[in-house]
Amino acid sequence: MGRSHKVSPDDLAAGLLKGDRRAAARMITLVEDQDERANEMMKLVFPHTGRSMIIGITGAGGSGKSTLIDHLIGRFRGMDKKVGVVAVDPSSPFSGGALLGDRVRFQSHSLDEGVYIRSMGARGYLGGLARATTDVVRIMEAMGNEVIIIETLGAGQDEIDVIHVAQTCLLVLTPGMGDDIQAMKAGIMEIADIIVLNKFDLDGATQCLRSLETVIHTGMSEDKGWTPRVVPTIACAAKSSDVQGVDELVQNIMDHQAYLHRSKKIEEVRFKRIEQELGLVFKDEVEKVVFAGLKGTGKKRQYIESIRAGKNDPYSVVEEVLATFLKEEILE
Amino acid sequence: MAYMPKHDAKASSDPFLGLTPLKNMSGFEIKPVYGPEDLTGLDFDRDIGRPGGFPFVRGVYPTMYRGRQWTIRQLGSLGPPDQANQRIGQLVEMGATGISVCLDMPTIMGRDSDDLLAEGEVGRCGGVAIDTIQDMRDLLAGIDLEKISINFVSNSQSAVILAIFCAVAEERGARRELLSGTLQNDILKEYQAQKSYYFPPGPSLRLTLDTIAFSVKNLPRFNPISISGYHLASAGANPVQELAFTLANGFTYVEEGIKAGMDVDDFAPRLSFFFKAHNDFFENVAKFRAARRIWARTIRDKFGAKNPASWRLRVHTQTSGSSLTAQQMENNIIRATIQALSAVMAGTQSLHTNSFNEALSIPTPLSERLALRTQQIIAHESGAAWTADPLGGSYYVETLTNRMEEEAQKYFQIIEDLGGVVAGIERGYFQKEIADSAFRYQQAVEKGERIIVGLNLYTEEEETEIELREVDPDFEPRKIVALKEFKAARDQDLVRAKGDELRAVCQSDENVMPTLISAVKAGMTLGEAVGHMRAVFGTYREQAIF
Amino acid sequence: MAKKKIKVIISKVGLDGHDRGAKVVASLLREAGMEVVYLGMYQTPQSIVKAAVEEDADVIGVSYLSGEHLVFTPLIVEEMKKHGLDDVLLVAGGSFPPEDIPAMKDMGIDEVFRGGSLTGDIVKYIEMQAGGQED
Repeated sequence: MGRSHKVSPDDLAAGLLKGDRRAAARMITLVEDQDERANEMMKLVFPHTGRSMIIGITGAGGSGKSTLIDHLIGRFRGMDKKVGVVAVDPSSPFSGGALLGDRVRFQSHSLDEGVYIRSMGARGYLGGLARATTDVVRIMEAMGNEVIIIETLGAGQDEIDVIHVAQTCLLVLTPGMGDDIQAMKAGIMEIADIIVLNKFDLDGATQCLRSLETVIHTGMSEDKGWTPRVVPTIACAAKSSDVQGVDELVQNIMDHQAYLHRSKKIEEVRFKRIEQELGLVFKDEVEKVVFAGLKGTGKKRQYIESIRAGKNDPYSVVEEVLATFLKEEILE
Repeated sequence: MAYMPKHDAKASSDPFLGLTPLKNMSGFEIKPVYGPEDLTGLDFDRDIGRPGGFPFVRGVYPTMYRGRQWTIRQLGSLGPPDQANQRIGQLVEMGATGISVCLDMPTIMGRDSDDLLAEGEVGRCGGVAIDTIQDMRDLLAGIDLEKISINFVSNSQSAVILAIFCAVAEERGARRELLSGTLQNDILKEYQAQKSYYFPPGPSLRLTLDTIAFSVKNLPRFNPISISGYHLASAGANPVQELAFTLANGFTYVEEGIKAGMDVDDFAPRLSFFFKAHNDFFENVAKFRAARRIWARTIRDKFGAKNPASWRLRVHTQTSGSSLTAQQMENNIIRATIQALSAVMAGTQSLHTNSFNEALSIPTPLSERLALRTQQIIAHESGAAWTADPLGGSYYVETLTNRMEEEAQKYFQIIEDLGGVVAGIERGYFQKEIADSAFRYQQAVEKGERIIVGLNLYTEEEETEIELREVDPDFEPRKIVALKEFKAARDQDLVRAKGDELRAVCQSDENVMPTLISAVKAGMTLGEAVGHMRAVFGTYREQAIF
Repeated sequence: MAKKKIKVIISKVGLDGHDRGAKVVASLLREAGMEVVYLGMYQTPQSIVKAAVEEDADVIGVSYLSGEHLVFTPLIVEEMKKHGLDDVLLVAGGSFPPEDIPAMKDMGIDEVFRGGSLTGDIVKYIEMQAGGQED
């Protein structure tokens, strides 16, 4: 079936580096499923990453961010850059299934070989969404995509973590939906480098623009070298000549990228990305080691029973486990 | 082998199997019996009245079918215009008093038969391929346009179809004052359900109003619009949603007409409606009666219409296509009969009965005839047409009528709070409601809570052999050749000039119809006309809503 | 080890805009725990297969309602072969005459679910053919 992977990590990685889409797709599946070959593959792939422009875009459903991304893809293709898109869609908390309808909105690129789109449900990744997305972005980089766009709803902590993978973060708002206040409350404003005020033709747009600018200038941003910018856009229009603000948006993105490189802030960004990655991989691998070690020994059940019986507590258990297992594994 | 449902065919004959509590498709719990206590507070004169009298619950005309039978309107289209023409002739001979003509998929999407996107789809599905004025000539050859009413099932391309129709009628010397016919021309339901729109709502509504204004002035017997609930129901809307959303759309067109500067009484009399007759017999009847009452009161009291002709909600009905099963197809004959009878007892002005094999293909001569005879037997043998509103006064039906109106009013409030129908469309409100209803319906069928005989009860392994109609595979290439020849023979400069004129008028406030008529007379094709409009109005893309 | 999710592409092809069935099936497959990539209307064999490649889909499901099943099926199958998707399941739903089904299967469709099929059966079929296969 589509996911039968009789191919070796070496072959897949080789295919990926040549830009083979099928190899890329299968690798992504392996990391999503936390297949045991995934880490081997990622080792082969990793040296070929770290040079792409990574843009994160977050915004509520209905904000028009997918349409904006559609336009951005077009602009980057116009610069002859290959684009990879990771579109994160919510999954059902009950069935674990997901309805991934984002790529529908990138219709103008449905046949462009220079665009690679992958949809991801927000749940069901053993290591969490952030870990999965982190690996997927690396894979897309290694494939040869000079620009990677990550799209999320920005609704949960997971998705905010995802945004940390990106270098330039866009937050898409619309007038009158009250989400400028919501966004401030959620703290998302703090990580946005560019705030896109889409549907600028709606009532109240100018007031919204002003109140956003005020909020920004009261110094909410951590980074003193870059003040978040607000870009008004009209992404959805029946005629392409009526679309507005996209060129300005692209310009602002490039400005931010230029700022990152010029000020060497990019190094800090890269550092933070790797720091997060390391943390995520670490957490996963330690968990795997520990649970692999406990598996079949009956110890996990024993521990739980003893806690239940009041003879022990979770903190002591973990200390004990870590002391035994890690010492054993590392000293091996 | 295709997968067949695995429910027990030998289940009990309990008609309430699986349904607890007993709820109809609109979600109303139905009592075992209704009595006078359910109708307390009902004022006969105020709330029911007499047929032909305000608020028209009992029917739009005083004598109803005794004065004039409903139009037996069957589908007369096939891919090739000349074959469709033959079929129309046959239907008229068999007793049809009206005809519906469907368009093929390329024409529906505003493309000519030689368009790249039309490949493999020309003339299929019982739709006629209309590219040019010649196709319309072939379609209507020998038909007395003053006597036979043709209903064009045309929506986004309506202005062009109307233009071509008028051009041909003029050529034949048919008198505009006597030309009858209907255009479906209901763009709002396209955004909500059928999805064959081209342009954004603004320009689409402008075109709709242009056709209505032109028709009102020049074609007094013509119905320029058939505001449709049928397609909403087919996409999943339950009967009360069908009722509410259709009327909301209707009121929106009225608002637009008034905004365009027309007096409500100028055009309201020519607005017609199109509902579905689905399986629940009494729910159907209640739906129509409630619709007439809501319309009459709103159009008179809210919109200030003074002409009684404006108050009358006239309806064309089609039996439910989505209720037909491919399994044990002959069962569909029964379904169409029950649905048709229900429509007659609900007081429809025009009726289309589906053929039993339409679950799998377009009608065959035998199934077509059967569908027609169904209406004729109802008319001549059942007595259902002898008296107006025969179910009026029934405790059940009057209760259901009131309940449907109450529920519809709730939807009207929601739509108003959203900012109106167009705002609701842009926010995906209707699409989501409809998709949710479709989803719930399917779940109910799968759980056995809603029984479909032959599908999840009384199933059979063997399927009876049923004749299906074949599509002529040579039609598409022939049509493309014919189109090429047509285009070669016309005055190219004139067509180009008409193209410029058409774009200019689209950009202005003027009515597009006169320009369109002269353009199609000069030989502009439907695809070209739509192309010019797309250049000016743009293309609409919906966000997929679940 | 994470449970291997089944990924399904649901699409319409050609000019037909009747999407009720496609949407209902997509929703019900999601309820059954699958990841459904819904492509919607007006897709081409090329755009469907490109999506199937990129999403590493296990199944492609096409909805046919307007007589286009014999025209588009071979085009989709050919495109799938071109991109090496031989191990991807191709299923079709909608409205077509039963006597066309053998032809469709000869063309390369793995299974057909006509109107009236129950999603439970579709789910079972997909899970049997595509799910839980490990090498």
